[in-house]
Amino acid sequence: MDFPLSLPSNTSLMAIILIYGLLGLASLVYLFQKQKGGGSDELAARLGSWWVIITLMVVPLMLGALPFLLVMSFISFVALKEFLSITPGRIEDRPIVVAAYLTIPLQAFFIWLHAYGIFLVLVPVYAFLALAYLMTTYGKVERFLPSIGIFHWALMTTVYNLGYVSYIMFLPEGCNGTAGNAAIVLFLLIATQLNDVAQYVWGKSFGKRKILPSVSPNKTWEGFIGGWASTGLFIAVVGPMMTPMQFPENLLFAALMPLAGFIGDVTMSAIKRDLGVKDTSSLIPGHGGALDRLDSLTFTAPLFFHLLVFTSYGSFAMSCS
Amino acid sequence: MSLLQNFRKAIMALICKPIAHFWFGLNLLHKERLPEKGPAIIIANHNSHLDTFLLLTLFKTSLLDRLKPVAAADYFLKGGFSSWVSLRLIGILPVTRERKREESDPLQACYRALERGDILIIFPEGSRGAPEEMSNFKTGIARIARQFPEVPVVPIYLQNAGRALPKGKHIPVPFVFTAIIGEALTYPGDRAEFMDQLRSAMAVLKEEAPPLKWPEQES
Repeated sequence: MDFPLSLPSNTSLMAIILIYGLLGLASLVYLFQKQKGGGSDELAARLGSWWVIITLMVVPLMLGALPFLLVMSFISFVALKEFLSITPGRIEDRPIVVAAYLTIPLQAFFIWLHAYGIFLVLVPVYAFLALAYLMTTYGKVERFLPSIGIFHWALMTTVYNLGYVSYIMFLPEGCNGTAGNAAIVLFLLIATQLNDVAQYVWGKSFGKRKILPSVSPNKTWEGFIGGWASTGLFIAVVGPMMTPMQFPENLLFAALMPLAGFIGDVTMSAIKRDLGVKDTSSLIPGHGGALDRLDSLTFTAPLFFHLLVFTSYGSFAMSCS
Repeated sequence: MSLLQNFRKAIMALICKPIAHFWFGLNLLHKERLPEKGPAIIIANHNSHLDTFLLLTLFKTSLLDRLKPVAAADYFLKGGFSSWVSLRLIGILPVTRERKREESDPLQACYRALERGDILIIFPEGSRGAPEEMSNFKTGIARIARQFPEVPVVPIYLQNAGRALPKGKHIPVPFVFTAIIGEALTYPGDRAEFMDQLRSAMAVLKEEAPPLKWPEQES
């Protein structure tokens, strides 16, 4: 079995150099501040973690589709584990926990086969039905609905929605010109994380009016709109260079993706608030858990993917249009 | 002996720690409160055989020879291979649970270990009990702390090992373990007061962990 060690396209390479350049610059600014006695440990931890996160994404992306699929599957596993570990699941449901984990390799297998139709329905239809059925087999009905609901929510966000990120690498080659599929993945990841950061920075600098105080007290209208505008601009300008999206559909992406990122973020906040936890774990220093970092991506990935396929891959027929 | 020690360290660094971090997962709060040298007494709640595994992986591998999980001789030393694993590989410190009259203090081995500078790992609930529930602490820990009032007693609250491998089950299921390290206590001179301090320290640590239950419904 051989996966071609394909060199990254010039577009991907440029993007990667720019990301590392930006992060290097931020780290230098931090070191400069620290020399003068400023700079918090929290910021240092956060920057250090970014180096690890970006490298963890970039290296498999450069190696090819299969390595990236394997790394993304492991990330799904970590996120699913975090979700199941902070929710009040029943001790009897341990077999369902195992079944839930098994959907990850199963879905990865069908992605690897390019079985798009099966990927689309595997988790939202068949895992949905099978897990609920399995849960009836040992006859415990107390809190049945909240218990199965935890699994359904966990699987949809951490396995199915993140599966779309992997699937991008298995899209038909050639639809993206010379930029390649890795550039599309990079674009999705950069746009999503940029939106998080832009909302945070705009909110910190100009935030006054709270947007959803009972769900996410730090989110403001100023941060939301500022982030929307910055990320929208980025998507409209850079999207056509890195992905098959062109004018005017890039405006559709620009309008909708920042919104999806925001919704993903506050939805996961609502869940965490209900559960009484602040972070989903302490895995990533300065960031919280894997799920805290992935919350926006669980919403942007499927939206981005479907918009892309609908506009640039012959609707859902998965051929070049 | 030295060969075995190196073997244990290799297993810890190459197998146990990767399993703890990647197969399970660690949600470790207040890592800086972990003692970096012996003697010390670690107190934790107990729901699973994985509790010992988890606690051993929290420490630096170089400290492995110092770590002594205190365990019931009648349960862990039934003879044969499993006794060898418990004693030599995991490095438990066996104590007898029932006290025979003519015998000396069954906690003698614990005192000797602390004098050597070891780190005792003690589960004062005695046994694992129901999944994810804490039962009463037994007071043997106070007897040890009274003998060594200068030794720090560090409470650690553990969560989810009881879900990953509850009592009576044999297949560990991946969950993220939460381990919340408390501030070190020392023996205040009175047994009841010490037990109270320990219980309230544990209660405070538990507050920091995910509640793992839905908020009470208002009807």
